[in-house]
Amino acid sequence: MKADNVIRPVGPQTVNLRAIRAIYGFEMARTGRTLFQSIVSPVVSTSLYFIVFGAAIGTRIQEIEGVSYGAFIVPGLIMLMILTQSTMNASFGIYFPKFTGTIFEILSAPVSFMEIVIGYVGAAATKSIILGLIILATAWLFVPLRIDHPGFMLLFMVLTAITFSLLGFIIGIWADGFEQLQLIPLLVITPLTFLGGTFYSIDVLPPVWQTVALFNPIVYLVSGFRWSFYSIADVSVGISLAMTFAFLALCLVTVWWIFKTGYRLKK
Amino acid sequence: MAPIISISSLTKTYASGFQALKRIDLAIDKGEIFALLGPNGAGKTTLISIVCGIVTPSTGTVTVGGHDILNDYRAARSLIGLVPQELHTDAFESVWATVSFSRGLFGLPTDPDHIEQVLKSLSLWDKKDSKIMTLSGGMKRRVLIAKALAHEPQVLFLDEPTAGVDVELRKDMWNVVRALRASGVTIILTTHYIEEAEEMADRIGVINKGEIILTERKAELMQKLGKKALTLQLHRELAAIPEDLARHKLTLAPSGKELIYTYDTQGERTGITALLDDLARNNIRFRDLQTTQSSLEDIFVGLVRKDR
Repeated sequence: MKADNVIRPVGPQTVNLRAIRAIYGFEMARTGRTLFQSIVSPVVSTSLYFIVFGAAIGTRIQEIEGVSYGAFIVPGLIMLMILTQSTMNASFGIYFPKFTGTIFEILSAPVSFMEIVIGYVGAAATKSIILGLIILATAWLFVPLRIDHPGFMLLFMVLTAITFSLLGFIIGIWADGFEQLQLIPLLVITPLTFLGGTFYSIDVLPPVWQTVALFNPIVYLVSGFRWSFYSIADVSVGISLAMTFAFLALCLVTVWWIFKTGYRLKK
Repeated sequence: MAPIISISSLTKTYASGFQALKRIDLAIDKGEIFALLGPNGAGKTTLISIVCGIVTPSTGTVTVGGHDILNDYRAARSLIGLVPQELHTDAFESVWATVSFSRGLFGLPTDPDHIEQVLKSLSLWDKKDSKIMTLSGGMKRRVLIAKALAHEPQVLFLDEPTAGVDVELRKDMWNVVRALRASGVTIILTTHYIEEAEEMADRIGVINKGEIILTERKAELMQKLGKKALTLQLHRELAAIPEDLARHKLTLAPSGKELIYTYDTQGERTGITALLDDLARNNIRFRDLQTTQSSLEDIFVGLVRKDR
């Protein structure tokens, strides 16, 4: 047993990088163990969308602003996967230690709340981004793609993955049971994504519903992301980007509040 | 010497309104083994959880190694290793991975030699690649101890470490505890096995209903509160205690074959000589005699009952 009598110089000003790395590594290892469920199943289900909407039905649908329907839905589908996977993965990542009780170690470790968030959310976002890129590569096999603004494409992808991983983190802390864990992704995020222009341009909606759609935050994400591919958008890119940052800020404030108050973490 | 843990005016009232800690003042010296005894629900785990950062205190201050647990939590927590009461372990990770994780979490660089040493001292070495879920309860307890020791803590909290643990592990564990103490680590343990506190602890604190009702060096506590009982096995049964012996406050065992005399070891006179003289005068003869000292358990039960 080692035990020096020197008090270790760990001040409040330092960042516990090793802890971030430990949490991040732990979460990525969890993904590695569930590789099939994590990567293969989203890829298979997305491929089914391509086959059904792209090849089977898509050939009967007109081009949208010069883009074939099969190609038009690719950005939306990638967004759909990033949104749901980020939320589910991050919520499970923090909920499970709460459920098994192993969270005691995180709470008693010399880590700041920001470090905990970076570890968990960073891992969930990384996984979503990898998944998004894999789906993009898969899409290339089915439909002709072009990416006009690759830098913005990556920016939207990264921002969305981080934002919804934060949202998942919040859900995971809030949830009291596995049922609640599924509730928001299933009842809120998936419907909003389907109604958010994943499979269509909101221009095709009746005017009233176009206005309603503007209250759907996911419209902005999908629109901005699609713009980075084909330079076509439902709302201007500036607004899309601004809204994405706004959601990110909202999630950050909520997470900050959770740790500030110890909500559902500390008694 | 400044205490390694200093707790002053600490209170905790949970959101439900339950007052778990009423007002705790406690100082733990560096390098000692401190045993915290108390019935279920006395506040032992709450107290430990506050020091470790899992539960937020209502009022009061706690410092560890001179660092405030709230304002300077990094420095305070990096000194502490915690072995919780419940078997909170990961399921799918390997023993090696989970123990290494703990070290990283506490901000220390990887050190396979240290982890190997910890695992070997807890007889976990041959299980290092096993998934935790495949281990028995006792093995999981070892894993939790290994996790707490992975970051070389200066202070080790053991919350009910031997609850539901077999003899083998208990022996291993106390060997580890002794080795840690020898290297200067301070150990705070809660236990229901009072003989363990009696065997291991330097100092004992008794907590009941959220209050520390006593802290004392073990030896002094045993001496101060220690009563001895002298049991005399009689040759012939007695129906009742003869009147001549009434002043000795004897008890007669139901069988009538044993006389029990309780006395205070700290008293000026134990009164044994006078008793034996009186017995001889009354022609009560005995074949054997034995004395027994009250155990810590008796003391503890006595204290908690008095407090009720």
